[in-house]
Amino acid sequence: MKKHLNTLFVTTEGAYLRKEGQAVVVRVEKQTRLRVPLHNLDGIVCFGRVGCSPALMASCAKGNVSISFLNPYGGFLAAVTGFSPGNVLLRRQQYRAADAADSTLAIAKEIVAGKIANSRSVLLRAARDISAPDAQEQLQRAARRMANDVTMARNETSLDALRGREGESAATYFQVFSSMISPQATGFAFTTRSRRPPLDPLNALLSFLYSMLTHDARSACEAAGLDAAVGFLHRDRPGRPGLALDLIEEFRAFLVDRLTLSLINRRQIQSSDFEITQSGAVLLKDKPRKTVLAAYQKRKQATITHPFLDEKTTIGLLIHLQARLLARHLRGDLDAYPPFLWR
Amino acid sequence: MYVLVTYDVSTTTAEGRKRLRNTAKICLNYGQRVQNSVFELLIDPAQWAQCKAELCDTIEPQTDSLRFYYLGNNWKNRVEHVGAKPAIDLEGPLFA
Repeated sequence: MKKHLNTLFVTTEGAYLRKEGQAVVVRVEKQTRLRVPLHNLDGIVCFGRVGCSPALMASCAKGNVSISFLNPYGGFLAAVTGFSPGNVLLRRQQYRAADAADSTLAIAKEIVAGKIANSRSVLLRAARDISAPDAQEQLQRAARRMANDVTMARNETSLDALRGREGESAATYFQVFSSMISPQATGFAFTTRSRRPPLDPLNALLSFLYSMLTHDARSACEAAGLDAAVGFLHRDRPGRPGLALDLIEEFRAFLVDRLTLSLINRRQIQSSDFEITQSGAVLLKDKPRKTVLAAYQKRKQATITHPFLDEKTTIGLLIHLQARLLARHLRGDLDAYPPFLWR
Repeated sequence: MYVLVTYDVSTTTAEGRKRLRNTAKICLNYGQRVQNSVFELLIDPAQWAQCKAELCDTIEPQTDSLRFYYLGNNWKNRVEHVGAKPAIDLEGPLFA
């Protein structure tokens, strides 16, 4: 079993990463801040103005350590990849499956069903935990409607209808999202999902964590030998990691939404931790961003039993396992893609 | 697993000083320096076999010594730090 490796987050503006022996060294103002052996790392995520030596990029590409450059707010700028990894036969198989309408639909259906089922589990779990009876009632009603959506999604006959079903159930889910926020957490009222830019603190937090998850999904695709750009539910668009976005669908509610809710409900993050720019975009400040990243890393280290493989693993590795299961399906070893279902 | 590596390399000759530098470099490739000539390595068994072979090839058994302490996977209960220069937790969140 692959070991869950750590991710290095570089958040200091003006930092420079270089290779020293088999380790990455973070230098700030010509002082060494941190030194980590590369074999302990799975990825390096750089925020803002961070430089990186070509020697380090080369050995990261060789050692399967993904490097991503993001803007200070988590928006994706660039990633470093070496020679295309994995198996060219697998990638060809992926392209063939993405070109054929029926196999695309079969995979997309499972992804959407997994997403809806997991969002529903999040609602039900929250309904059990809260005491306010009307919020509880609301959550349970939405969950009942979504139970129907899971079966309907599996019966859809076209990709567009499937996307419609996904959108509908997401609307149901986000309608009751604010019922999961504790009344003590002020300033986190949820009205509607807004992105590019997020217009309130809650959306800012969600968007930030979704982009962290996308980074992880992208490296999971690469590590499994799949092309992160060619998705099934998400169609090709230049620069968009379609397959990575497909993979995160099952994890949005289970990982990011739950983490966001617990950060807010435990008041680890408060509304004063955000700033509003002139354009109306709401952004996470520097220090709370570290709190969020630390919480995300910690959540990824929690152990869980994979429902399909029946194997103990960490939450962070789940997405790698899903990428591998998808690869197995594409190779023809599995009849269908088994989405991750949280129980 | 977690391995503690300590060494004592005789530095009376120029070759000895070279061996000392090389030993430190190998240790730094695989882990972190926690004190002078004391290193902690978070490493999997295959990598450890490689690291150990490199170290054993570097030293001169007549004059130098190496000691390895195997702390297993449950090392967090077995290590305590007091005072300056705390080691980084390679399994915890890593920020820079």
